[in-house]
Amino acid sequence: MLTKKFVAALLLSFAILFAAGCKKKAPAPPPPPPPPPAEAPAPKPNPPMITLFDAEPGTIERGQSSTLKWAVEGADDITIEPGIGRVSANGSRQVFPSSTTTYTLIARGPGGEARRTATVNVTAPPPPPPPPAPKATFEERLAREVQDAFFDYDKSNIRDDARATLTRNADALKAIFRDFPDRSVSVEGHCDERGSAEYNLGLGDRRATSAKEFLVQLGVPADKLRTISYGKERPQCTESNESCWQRNRRAHFAPGQ
Amino acid sequence: MRRILPWLTPLVLGALFLASGQQEVIIKVMGGAQKPALAVPDFRGSGDAAQHAGVFNETLFTDLDESGMFTMVAKSMFPLEVPQRPEDFRAPLPPPPRRKDAQPQRQGPWLTDWSAPPANASHLAFGYLAVQNEQLVLFGWLFDVTQQDVSNAQLFGKRYFGPLSADGARKVAHEFASDIIVQFGGAPLTASKIYFISDRTGFKEVWSMNPDGSDQKQITNYRSICTTPAVSPDGARLAFTTYARVNPMIFIHSLETGRRLPFYNQVASMNATPSFTPDGKQVLYASTASGYAQIYIANADGSDVRRLSNVRAIEVEPKVSPKGGEVVFVSGRSGPQQIYKMNLDGANVERLTTGEGEASNPAWHPSGEIIAFAWTRGFEPGNWNIFLMDVASRRVDQLTHGAGRNENPSWAPDGRHLAFSSNRSGSSQIWTMLADGTKLRRLTSQGRNEKPVWGK
Repeated sequence: MLTKKFVAALLLSFAILFAAGCKKKAPAPPPPPPPPPAEAPAPKPNPPMITLFDAEPGTIERGQSSTLKWAVEGADDITIEPGIGRVSANGSRQVFPSSTTTYTLIARGPGGEARRTATVNVTAPPPPPPPPAPKATFEERLAREVQDAFFDYDKSNIRDDARATLTRNADALKAIFRDFPDRSVSVEGHCDERGSAEYNLGLGDRRATSAKEFLVQLGVPADKLRTISYGKERPQCTESNESCWQRNRRAHFAPGQ
Repeated sequence: MRRILPWLTPLVLGALFLASGQQEVIIKVMGGAQKPALAVPDFRGSGDAAQHAGVFNETLFTDLDESGMFTMVAKSMFPLEVPQRPEDFRAPLPPPPRRKDAQPQRQGPWLTDWSAPPANASHLAFGYLAVQNEQLVLFGWLFDVTQQDVSNAQLFGKRYFGPLSADGARKVAHEFASDIIVQFGGAPLTASKIYFISDRTGFKEVWSMNPDGSDQKQITNYRSICTTPAVSPDGARLAFTTYARVNPMIFIHSLETGRRLPFYNQVASMNATPSFTPDGKQVLYASTASGYAQIYIANADGSDVRRLSNVRAIEVEPKVSPKGGEVVFVSGRSGPQQIYKMNLDGANVERLTTGEGEASNPAWHPSGEIIAFAWTRGFEPGNWNIFLMDVASRRVDQLTHGAGRNENPSWAPDGRHLAFSSNRSGSSQIWTMLADGTKLRRLTSQGRNEKPVWGK
């Protein structure tokens, strides 16, 4: 590839050298003929006069129109650029420029040429409102905004981390219930696999009740929260290690039935 | 020193007795070491009955062995000549008079073939299978081989009929084994049922099966969660906790019609862990009607509810003694869950377990003196083992020893067997064992199975 390019460049430089060599050898051109004898000049007509060329209004929003008006004397060829072309001596024209445009009126006549410009400033209109956001369902908001509160083994008291979680949940729940006044939430109490299934029914009930009472203290309406214990009947993981046990020792917030 | 010694001796003996008293509760349940030594030679079948002899012999031996009532004589100790009918016994002739050390002259099978070493049997079950009118017929006899005279040896002889099939062979074997067990004062389990929770349909439902694991049948169909089943003492009603109506509540079914019976549930986030009183007229359960789960008693239809316990602690699983009057239950009132006892009016609350570990699932022995229960003592939380406790003395014996999680022991009507759940095989399944921890048998394998209750 490199070689090919190199060869091509070499050939080219030879060709140029060769051509230059040829020119040198060409004979010198003959001297130009003498200019024709000057005639007597005719009386010069007046140049065209543009008495009016402006845009009204001078500033528009995109999509609106402006009107160009003009009046020209002493011209036989009048054009407006860009985009309009030939026009008569007096007139007006609506224009819809999509961006700021300077129009040039060129008037030509026997007496010469005249030019004038008029500018239409185009401003962008304020943006339309964004498309309405799809409204989140009750279930989606509950899943997104309300978090599980976690507990210690065989305990139903609210830990510090659960206190923070439930405080955030209280605000979220109040907002959600404002938007969905007919809905309610099921506060589920869950346990890890170690305690007996029977005792865990009672323990899950305590966890759900503790979480509910905390939320009610923070102003969540009590009649919107219904407690249910699942004991260890509905674990979200089944591994026998502390990380899974902790995930199952929780109060969970589900759509009420 | 001489004066002290006589006083010291009983103390030392007492200490020795305590040290060796580890199996005390088991012995109380299972009886002493002196069990009948039962010899059960293989029965043979004539004609078309021959092909079912294998199933028959296996069933008969298993039933008798797993009853725990007998020392089964090893077959390698059996004499070569096996009687098939009483008339096969031939009394030996007296030894010839002239020789002093002469043995009696053998004429055929005799009682001492079985009672003498090496067999050392006390009893012999024998007989044969035949075909009669296209039916399988079993001729079965039970003999006391310690008798001198064959005419006194027979305890019973009976004919049993069944279809000419493997099922027929099992049927007559079960019936013959039951008669032998009854002969020794036992209660055969063949008519009893084990109820349990299975998720094999994708939902936790109540199922039933025979004590050998056969005939597994679905009882409920709520497509929800059913749990903590209990059977009425007469075996006619089944109570359980269900999520069929969202929050856990108690349903009672008739096991005769399969229909749901009316039961009033208190207004509560939870009504659960029901059990019947010995007369079947009342139901005890745990309810959160007043806050913490507490023990309540009500009529069989749920009416006339009374609260029995009143503490700020979780209390579940009330079980009334078969003698009536006493309730054992599980409470967290002193910390981790433990087993407590109280009177049926809620008075005289006592903790039965030591406070070590966690204890749950108390189940009364039919005698009303002993409970079986699950305990994590000596293990990490969640590692349950089955224990027995003599309620009066608080002595305990441990039946399982760390093989998986072992929970929910339930006594068979014979008071010698326990059903329980264990995940020792990898998943939770129903097992049975003798109340001394032997004769382990797995009854289920499909899905996860738990919470067995043994009913009549």
